[in-house]
Amino acid sequence: MSNNLVANGVSTCAGCGLEIAIRCVLGVLGEKTIIVIPPGCAALFSGYGNSTALKIPGFQGNLENTAAYAAGIRAGLDIRGKEDITVLGFAGDGATVDIGLQSLSGMLERRERVLYICYDNEAYMNTGMQGSGSSPYSAWTTTTPGGKLTPKKDMLKIVEAHNIPYVASASIGYLNDLKKKVKTAKDVNGPAYIHIHTPCPTGWGFDASMTVEVARKAVETGLWTLYEIIEGQKKINIQISENINTLKYLKLQKRFKKVIKEDSTP
Amino acid sequence: MNKYTKSNKEMLDGNGAAAQAMKLARVSVIAAYPITPQSPIVEKLSTMVDKKEISCKYTCVESEHSALSYIIGAQLAGVRTGTATSSVGLALMHEVLGVASGCRLPIVMPVVNRALVSPWSLWCDHQDTMAERDSGWMQFYAENTQEVLDLMLMGYKIAEHCKVMLPLMVCMDGFFVSHSLQQVWLPSQESVDAFLPPYTPKNLFLDMNNPMLINNLIPPEEFTEMRYQQEIAFNNAIDIISSVQNEFNDIFHRDYDMVSTYRCDGAQAVIVSMGSSCGTVKHVVNKLRNNGIRVGAIKVTCFRPFPYKKLKAILKEIKCIGVLDRSAGLGAEFGPLCMEIKNLIGDDKCKVKNFITGLGGRDITEKIIEHIFYGLLDDQFSDKNWIDVQQDAMKIRKLNKKGGSV
Ligand SMILES: Cc1ncc(C[n+]2csc(CCOP(=O)(O)OP(=O)(O)O)c2C)c(N)n1
Ligand code: SF4
Repeated sequence: MSNNLVANGVSTCAGCGLEIAIRCVLGVLGEKTIIVIPPGCAALFSGYGNSTALKIPGFQGNLENTAAYAAGIRAGLDIRGKEDITVLGFAGDGATVDIGLQSLSGMLERRERVLYICYDNEAYMNTGMQGSGSSPYSAWTTTTPGGKLTPKKDMLKIVEAHNIPYVASASIGYLNDLKKKVKTAKDVNGPAYIHIHTPCPTGWGFDASMTVEVARKAVETGLWTLYEIIEGQKKINIQISENINTLKYLKLQKRFKKVIKEDSTP
Repeated sequence: MNKYTKSNKEMLDGNGAAAQAMKLARVSVIAAYPITPQSPIVEKLSTMVDKKEISCKYTCVESEHSALSYIIGAQLAGVRTGTATSSVGLALMHEVLGVASGCRLPIVMPVVNRALVSPWSLWCDHQDTMAERDSGWMQFYAENTQEVLDLMLMGYKIAEHCKVMLPLMVCMDGFFVSHSLQQVWLPSQESVDAFLPPYTPKNLFLDMNNPMLINNLIPPEEFTEMRYQQEIAFNNAIDIISSVQNEFNDIFHRDYDMVSTYRCDGAQAVIVSMGSSCGTVKHVVNKLRNNGIRVGAIKVTCFRPFPYKKLKAILKEIKCIGVLDRSAGLGAEFGPLCMEIKNLIGDDKCKVKNFITGLGGRDITEKIIEHIFYGLLDDQFSDKNWIDVQQDAMKIRKLNKKGGSV
């Protein structure tokens, strides 16, 4: 695993879950990778002006077309016989489940050999914590000030319905599991999709030291399930105990304050 | 096969000519989405790829936004690409048109001109491409099928020139050019290969040996400078276009210029226009000249960069100038083409009269052109004129007081 593809001192917030994700993903993929990043917090890794934050070639696209750019790059590389390069789309939940859904769906349907990774911080964080289709039910965001009234969009199910060779959920609380999945996805002959749960201390309201803890609690309480679907075969990676107390997860974060107050359980 | 021009005669419509040009230019990645009246381009290219007449990856994407994004990606990976669109498809591409031009990708795209909604119209006017005139793309307007083919072939060479590196739209009038079968001199693959070298990326490029992050956020200290670089590229393009056109004219025995005159010697009135209407204007010029009426035609082939100097030199001598705009120029004093011409005429603006015509597929007939010529000579017109508007224009689909339509 090469750790030196991502610069130090990138201006993500302290304790950013996305930062853990990108370092881990690029560590596994290595330098024969071309990345496409849409606007969003991940664009902090596109760098600024002359300073680039990554040691691999990359392109910052638009919010709705990460998948289309990535597929085009794949096509160009294939024509030039550069099949050993991984093309990685690395996009936030907004850029994936909302505005980018159409181009992602097209790319998956066409079975283009692109690794698409969604880092899910459950809102539009870079533009000021507005709600996304991936924000969970009852979560506070700046556009759902009274708590979100609809549940989180199940993006993995949508992707699964495209019958692509590899689909996985992952979490920055389980890095070995994530690394294994990236490794598998890299060698898939066709599209691969990984959806990584990446807690965001700034948007969710928890201490920067708690990111991994929050990520793990989401899995332990059954609110985020780790699984993969290889050629249609689903496998749960982490089994959780029967005794689920979701409050343990919700209580760690300020964004659920309202629901927790109304709830009488400890 | 004509030995002299190394061309074969074929019957092609504008869409067929565009597809042939992409084949001859050896594009290696195509992504496209169908829209009337551009769909035959998409279909013809698919068939060529299917029959292996062209060695190319062809992808049917799910929208025009994705089509252009896809070929931007491919072009960034270092290959020559192709797509085509029209009207609302072009409008949907708007966001990414700026990415192609800002990244200095020399994409050449045929655009079949069609009116923009609302109301819906399937037919030709120029509002779709005029809405993109500041998008950083060069714009050529073809008069006929032969020009579609030739302008595209020249287009690759111009766009890819290291002093230009700008994308280019080759615009053709929907149905009038896209669907009219005409005899075309189709150059041989060898002669095109000799004219147009294989594609090599000259600027931004996703290169494993020289990793860079393209299109990231940049500070205000640099943005203006990078726009300025594009402006300089447009200025450079004026010379490059001329030299490529001259080279093309020499090899293939044609007669291209950014702006061309037809029987303007001693003309008392001329009409300036773009696209298929230029043919009608020339026809009427012949008719009137036969009756001893001294009129001429001016065809603007290149709208971006706009050939100010050339046009100014030509128009200086002419007393009376009519400009046809195939888009409404709503809320502006003039249509977009006329605005450019008024600007270069300077103090003598009153000799330029603007005509809004041919909207939403309405034919620009001989009669209309004659009417304009006679009116110009008699000094009958105001500055901006809507030509061929029906008497009951204000009643059509107008709401009555109760909210219903009259
Ligand atoms: C077409 C378009 N609309 C809106 C925006 C503004 N915008 C930039 S980033 C962003 C939200 C991104 O959210 P997400 O993908 O979840 O990434 P995050 O910021 O959470 O990392 C928005 C709405 C844009 N760039 N493009
Ligand atoms: S807002 Fe959240 S996701 Fe964005 S950089 Fe900060 S911690 Fe990371």
